[in-house]
Amino acid sequence: MADRRFLTIYWRDMLRYVRFRALLFSSLVQPALWLAFFGIAISSSFDALGAQLPVVPGIPRIGYLTYMCAGVIAMTTLFTSLFGGMSLLFDKNWGLLREVMAAPMSRSNIVLGIGLSGITKSCIQAGIILVFGLLLGVKFFAGYDPLHTIIAIVGILVFVSIFALGFVFLSAAIAITMESPEGMQGVMTLLTMPIFFASNALYPTQAFPPALQAVSVVNPLTHLVTGIRYFAIGPEFSAIGQTFSYSVADIAISFGVLCLFAALTFVLALYRVRNARVT
Amino acid sequence: MADEVIRVAGLTHRFDELVAVDGVSFSVSAGEVFSFLGPNGAGKSTVINVLTTLLPMQDGEVVIAGRDLRTEPDHVREAIGIVFQEVTLDRDMTVAETLEFHGRLYGLPREERRTRIDELVALVELEAKHDTLIKYLSGGMKRRLEIARGLMTRPTVLFLDEPTIGLDPQTRARMWDYLRQVNREGTTIFLTTHYMDEADQLSNRIAIIDYGRIVAEGRPYELKNALGQDLIYLETADNARARAVLEGTPNVGAIHEKGGGLLVMVADDGTRVLPHMLDALRTENVAVTGINMKKPSMDDVFIHYTGRELRDERAENVATAVNRAGRH
Repeated sequence: MADRRFLTIYWRDMLRYVRFRALLFSSLVQPALWLAFFGIAISSSFDALGAQLPVVPGIPRIGYLTYMCAGVIAMTTLFTSLFGGMSLLFDKNWGLLREVMAAPMSRSNIVLGIGLSGITKSCIQAGIILVFGLLLGVKFFAGYDPLHTIIAIVGILVFVSIFALGFVFLSAAIAITMESPEGMQGVMTLLTMPIFFASNALYPTQAFPPALQAVSVVNPLTHLVTGIRYFAIGPEFSAIGQTFSYSVADIAISFGVLCLFAALTFVLALYRVRNARVT
Repeated sequence: MADEVIRVAGLTHRFDELVAVDGVSFSVSAGEVFSFLGPNGAGKSTVINVLTTLLPMQDGEVVIAGRDLRTEPDHVREAIGIVFQEVTLDRDMTVAETLEFHGRLYGLPREERRTRIDELVALVELEAKHDTLIKYLSGGMKRRLEIARGLMTRPTVLFLDEPTIGLDPQTRARMWDYLRQVNREGTTIFLTTHYMDEADQLSNRIAIIDYGRIVAEGRPYELKNALGQDLIYLETADNARARAVLEGTPNVGAIHEKGGGLLVMVADDGTRVLPHMLDALRTENVAVTGINMKKPSMDDVFIHYTGRELRDERAENVATAVNRAGRH
């Protein structure tokens, strides 16, 4: 059974996070750069196209930068979490994993500790993107009163956290038997592509061909983006010529999918870490 | 035995087809320094990995500090300290953080962690490096830190797998001093080594392990005495004939090939046996090109019990099998 020693694993993982200054810096600046360069460049052309489309009365129209900001938060969480298990690989090859595995404690502590560290990193990044996005002109929380804004931020961070857990666990399950960081990098790239592009992060999925749409429906990233947009923009809005509307039930389902995904990957990671042999 | 800290009976461990440990039995008493001596690939690391719960138990029985390894692995873990063969440290943590991390993993209360870290850093003379990142430590300092870490929880028994591998002679001697001091303070020590001098210098008892089996066990002087009083090393023009001749000579014991010559164990004072040996060889026209006489060393003990010097081909086989098993 897990006990509070998962906090020890967490403490040590965060120690590394703040100690690698270059890595810390790039992980914080990179999503901001995405938003600044890709976001502004593409939104200026998309918004020019969208301006010709008729306005649906009663539904707020949002710019592309606001639309994609949710996608950038989700993407950053995905990347960060997928590499969250990497510390297991490094520890196995060059570090402390043998020491951790020989300790008289449940290995669920290892999985939980890494998961918590993944949540922390993702929430810090999401916060930075939110602040930076608002500075760049992202229209999040438009017309919200302070309480509503706080609830929205909490909602976003809860979604980000559950999603992060799912992918950190998946990452840990893969990393524990990987031999090299290069191999890990390869697998991560393979995973990232379909997850990122078969989602609603950058564009709506309504026009996808059926097969791709099916992927997007089960894709946890779609559900994270949906959640973020619901909390940050509202239940109904239009962007790039499409109308989006989310009911509370939709959001509950998205949340349920993320929870289910995290639960499954937790079981997988725990199984893999328990059965790992490090000698 | 009441003060028995480790009891191993019929321990067998396989990697796929390869039997790395084959029916090993031994026991270690409280306060002893017990060494497993053997070449690379003999099965030493496999034994220590099973005993420290890093590999699962297959066949046999192991009781450590009164706990059955098969049914109570967590209690065994609480009772032991481990110094792994390879450096098992995070380069980007400090000395103090490394010990703190270990203390927390083993559930030591905060106050105890603090006092213990201070004591141990002093023991291994790393006070000045308390807040230094491990990447700035020398190989010897890292080893000392690992020993300190192994002692954090005041283990009943400290396991060390090849504790001085890759260290220079001076640092090795220092390391032995630390280990002796740790042992004097009451910790039982189990170590594996492929260095004869290390086993000889440190141990109360030695088990020589080869091809996964214990081929000899005893106190260092007992093992050496078993070889006879003296060892005579001969280089001759024809070692095969010389061997045949010497086997018929009185007071000559076992004969082994070593280097380019023969190692002859004699049951009597070597200075008196040697003239007879030379006479016999001269009579048979075997030219002797070199002679040396000495007291038996652990090196010779090893050759006597295994029939050869350190060899490597099996080591590679085991390493491959272990890697393969690890990838499953």
